[in-house]
Amino acid sequence: MSGKTQSGLIKSSIGKKVFMGLTGLFLCLFLAGHLAGNLQLLLPAEVARDQFNAYAKFMTTNPAVKVLSYLTYFSILFHAVDGLYLAWQNKKARPQAYYKKDDAANAGWASRNMAILGTLLLVFIVIHMKSFWYEMHFGSVPMYASVEHGELKDLYTLTVSAFTQWWYVLIYVVSMAVVGFHLWHGFGSGFQSLGMNHPAYTPILNGFGKGFAVVVSVLFAILPIYIYLTSLN
Amino acid sequence: MRLNLKIWRQKSAKANGKMVDYTLNEVNPEMSFLEMMDVLNQQLVEWGDEPVAFDHDCREGICGMCSMFINGRAHGPMTGTTTCQLHMRHFKDGDTIVIEPWRAAAFPVIKDLMVDRSAFDRIIQAGGYVSVNTGSAPDANALPIPKENADMAFDAATCIGCGACVATCKNASAMLFVGAKISQLSLLPQGQPEREERAIRMVEQMDKEGFGNCTNTGACEVECPKGISIENIARMNREYLKAKIAQK
Amino acid sequence: MSVLNSKIPAGPLADKWKNHKNSIRLVNPANKRSIDVIVVGTGLAGASAAASLAEMGYKVKAFCFQDSPRRAHSIAAQGGINAAKNYRNDGDSVHRLFYDTIKGGDYRSREANVHRLAEVSVNIIDQCVAQGVPFAREYGGLLDNRSFGGVQVSRTFYAKGQTGQQLLLGAYSALSRQVSVGQVKMYHRHEMLDVVMIDGKARGIIARNLVTGELERHSAHAVLLCTGGYGNVFFLSTNAMGSNVTATWKAHRKGAYFANPCFTQIHPTCIPVSGDYQSKLTLMSESLRNDGRIWVPKKQNDTRRPVDIPEEERDYYLERRYPAFGNLVPRDVASRAAKERCDAGYGVGQSKMAVYLDYASAIQRYGTLEANKLGESQPSAQRITELGTQVVASKYGNLFEMYEKITGDNPYETPMRIYPAVHYTMGGLWVDYNLMSNLPGLFVLGEANFSDHGANRLGASALMQGLADGYFVVPYTLGDYLADDIRTGSISTNDPAFDEAEKSVQDQINRLMNIGGSKSVDYFHKALGKIMWDKCGMARSEEGLKQAISEIQALREEFYAQVRVPGSANEMNPELEKAIRVADFLELGELMCYDALNRNESCGGHFREEYQTEDGEALRNDEEYSYVAAWEYGHGKAPILHKEDLNFENVKPSTRSYK
Repeated sequence: MSGKTQSGLIKSSIGKKVFMGLTGLFLCLFLAGHLAGNLQLLLPAEVARDQFNAYAKFMTTNPAVKVLSYLTYFSILFHAVDGLYLAWQNKKARPQAYYKKDDAANAGWASRNMAILGTLLLVFIVIHMKSFWYEMHFGSVPMYASVEHGELKDLYTLTVSAFTQWWYVLIYVVSMAVVGFHLWHGFGSGFQSLGMNHPAYTPILNGFGKGFAVVVSVLFAILPIYIYLTSLN
Repeated sequence: MRLNLKIWRQKSAKANGKMVDYTLNEVNPEMSFLEMMDVLNQQLVEWGDEPVAFDHDCREGICGMCSMFINGRAHGPMTGTTTCQLHMRHFKDGDTIVIEPWRAAAFPVIKDLMVDRSAFDRIIQAGGYVSVNTGSAPDANALPIPKENADMAFDAATCIGCGACVATCKNASAMLFVGAKISQLSLLPQGQPEREERAIRMVEQMDKEGFGNCTNTGACEVECPKGISIENIARMNREYLKAKIAQK
Repeated sequence: MSVLNSKIPAGPLADKWKNHKNSIRLVNPANKRSIDVIVVGTGLAGASAAASLAEMGYKVKAFCFQDSPRRAHSIAAQGGINAAKNYRNDGDSVHRLFYDTIKGGDYRSREANVHRLAEVSVNIIDQCVAQGVPFAREYGGLLDNRSFGGVQVSRTFYAKGQTGQQLLLGAYSALSRQVSVGQVKMYHRHEMLDVVMIDGKARGIIARNLVTGELERHSAHAVLLCTGGYGNVFFLSTNAMGSNVTATWKAHRKGAYFANPCFTQIHPTCIPVSGDYQSKLTLMSESLRNDGRIWVPKKQNDTRRPVDIPEEERDYYLERRYPAFGNLVPRDVASRAAKERCDAGYGVGQSKMAVYLDYASAIQRYGTLEANKLGESQPSAQRITELGTQVVASKYGNLFEMYEKITGDNPYETPMRIYPAVHYTMGGLWVDYNLMSNLPGLFVLGEANFSDHGANRLGASALMQGLADGYFVVPYTLGDYLADDIRTGSISTNDPAFDEAEKSVQDQINRLMNIGGSKSVDYFHKALGKIMWDKCGMARSEEGLKQAISEIQALREEFYAQVRVPGSANEMNPELEKAIRVADFLELGELMCYDALNRNESCGGHFREEYQTEDGEALRNDEEYSYVAAWEYGHGKAPILHKEDLNFENVKPSTRSYK
């Protein structure tokens, strides 16, 4: 072999996969953190309000968290754009479809539908961020004086009131199912893309990934349902 | 037994193709799939029709030339089997069998069920070799190789280049094919001097040919007649990534 | 009739090749750049030759009819490749490999060629390992060997049951490297349809682009035919569907002599024919005979299931006839014995043309051994079967799986049915010591030439010969020939010889396309195959061969009156490809019968019923037939025989006995 070739990692198919894996796995970490924070919503209302709002303040003002949150925005955007670009390229790689293709014979449903699941998630993220993130940063979330933490934006009340509407709960529950399916394949797939595959560890890792997908999506989905049911009383 | 066949007919690369129905009586369950196609062609010739063109050669599952997409699966319903080793006893009387060529932008149809897989050759030409001239080799046993590595390299090297991985992949990705060759040579000491260069060049050629990207569905390893594992794709990702980062 | 000059160098056998290499002429690197070489066929011989010559600096054009050079039928070889490395310390040597090959060939091959083959065998393994061929290894990391084909040493290198594939992919990778640097121009889906002779030298070929149907002219200073064997003349063989004689036959028509065409190897362990639709036969490695026992029922037309036939009603005919070697007699002997039993009415299966290869006793034997090893003192019969099945699966699992895939029977439970099938052709174009045919500039390598295997090839020797010719012989001997061509300059494809050759190819294509008969090409191919198998197959007789010759002549006439080739010549047309090939087989078949008729003896793969001992063994006639029969094309008349006498100075021909 002679003659060096130079072209950016990101331009290559594998480079794009690697970045999908990296951003995807980072977003898994983010999800775990996000979930841990949100679980505070399950606390008794009077405790939850102060604690949750204080947590929200910390998350929006702490400089270290800020860095992480920019990384998260970037990851979401990159993951979405890269993913859609890859999906478009993949579509182009088979211009003429098969008359008959038995997809289920050799690959799981989630793995075959990552692009559509991802697109649904992107829509969900827009709705979700509009409802809470935008309101928190730029909207007019009412302030109140807490006992322990001083002046706080009352994100808690905003959240709880949002989930008193059944259709809003439904959007969230369905979206969390989408998250579950996306993670079901995505978690293990991220490691494979990064080149990590080992005869002994990979099955364990994939098993963990599937468990993670179920736990994360179910717990996230429980929150709006819990709030909705509580609001009925 | 009696079979209904739906076969893709396309006169040439530029012509439009379509699915055409045929009925075949008296198919013997002991026939191989390609022998069933021979019988059909024999009839077509006798009726004054043009026989169906398809690639085939060794008919014992090793040359990698046969390439039919049968009832929605590469090389048909059995795993670990090429079309030439598929037998009609796996079908039932009255079945309808859909037969199509491999579908991928990088594998254009030449005629009927024949496709052009020379993209695979160009990928190997880009670096799927050890640069050693005839006559310059040291004694074969001068280079001990751990059995485990030799066996892993062998497993990757059993690829027959049939293209089933591309055909079945929802993205028409060639990563199992390329990963297998990069793996084979990266696992062996002979492959070390060109290890990084090889990974970069082969991946670049693969991208140039217009194959899709891998989304790790794992369909390729299920359909691979030689059962080559997607572990080889992970190894290729690793090799490529390391090579790219180390590139000067 | 003339006596052919094989140009064997003088001197002691062991020094011939070394001395020859030291004395032949070379072409300097600058001159190599202006010399073109055409290589037809990209199997082991072709790919290795094309790669090696390109590395040396020649400009190479390589041709194959398949869609990629990686698919040639060398890929299907299972067992292994011999080399006199003596890594086992079991007394192997170049001389022993030489001796075994000469003896295995039933003393009908050239001593000097075979010795050279044994010498370079060791380099082949080195070369292949350096390319990254993943041969089987031991835990210490060094290469493993196995024994093969009834020789007394372990000299066979292997890569599971896919040795041919791994070696071919090694050669293909070397070829690909040369394609990438522009030293080789690769023409796939191209079929050579004629050799072009200018001023008595081979200077090019006419090739048909199989995708467009276009005829192309390609010129060169030398042409190498590496196009494999002609076993498909029998229609059913273990060869690939596309394997054909066309390239060598066209050369034969242009004047190249065809040597020993009747020497065909029939392999004893193949899966039997299951019906008229059968398109090819599948071989199962000879290694199966190491543990399996071959038998037929003692009663004719016994229709019981094999497991229901009690031990005392079975005839283990190889063990009965050849107590010393039993089931491990050489290929030709085992094949004939199976045919004898089936012809006598003892065959099994639906067609009655099969014998049993039984692993039941091996499973019991291994099971008992394994139970002892595991310290199980009173294993149940079921446990023994279970353990034995595991051992057999670890040794032969892939072959058993293949058998089950094809037949639908489980060979662990019921004996396999096997029958001999055409596997390899020892005959081929005549070449001298330099691998050049009698046509100057036309070299022939691998199975396509006749040179190294005599009347019978030993197991694991075909891969060795293909690679020896391509990697280590022709790169030297071609230079000696091309040394005269350094001032020739490029050969023009406008020469009248090209016009003429292209026209004759075009005329033949037109003729075939315009017959407009009603029968398919396969109809004629099957008919030819049946004649050849019945009358020029495992056993031949004067009467049968004479009948065969007239039957083939009649079939040929019928072919040119009745064949139907659909489609057009200007497109991808597999039926036309087949028609061109079958037309040549229809001539070759006749020549094979002439050759078999001429050879009034039995040797190796050639068995004449008139020449056998009282107990049915082959009777060789060294007095009268210790020669290579090289045939000149008869142009419509009987072929003309030329002889090359075989002189055995280093080994003394003896009678093979396996009793």
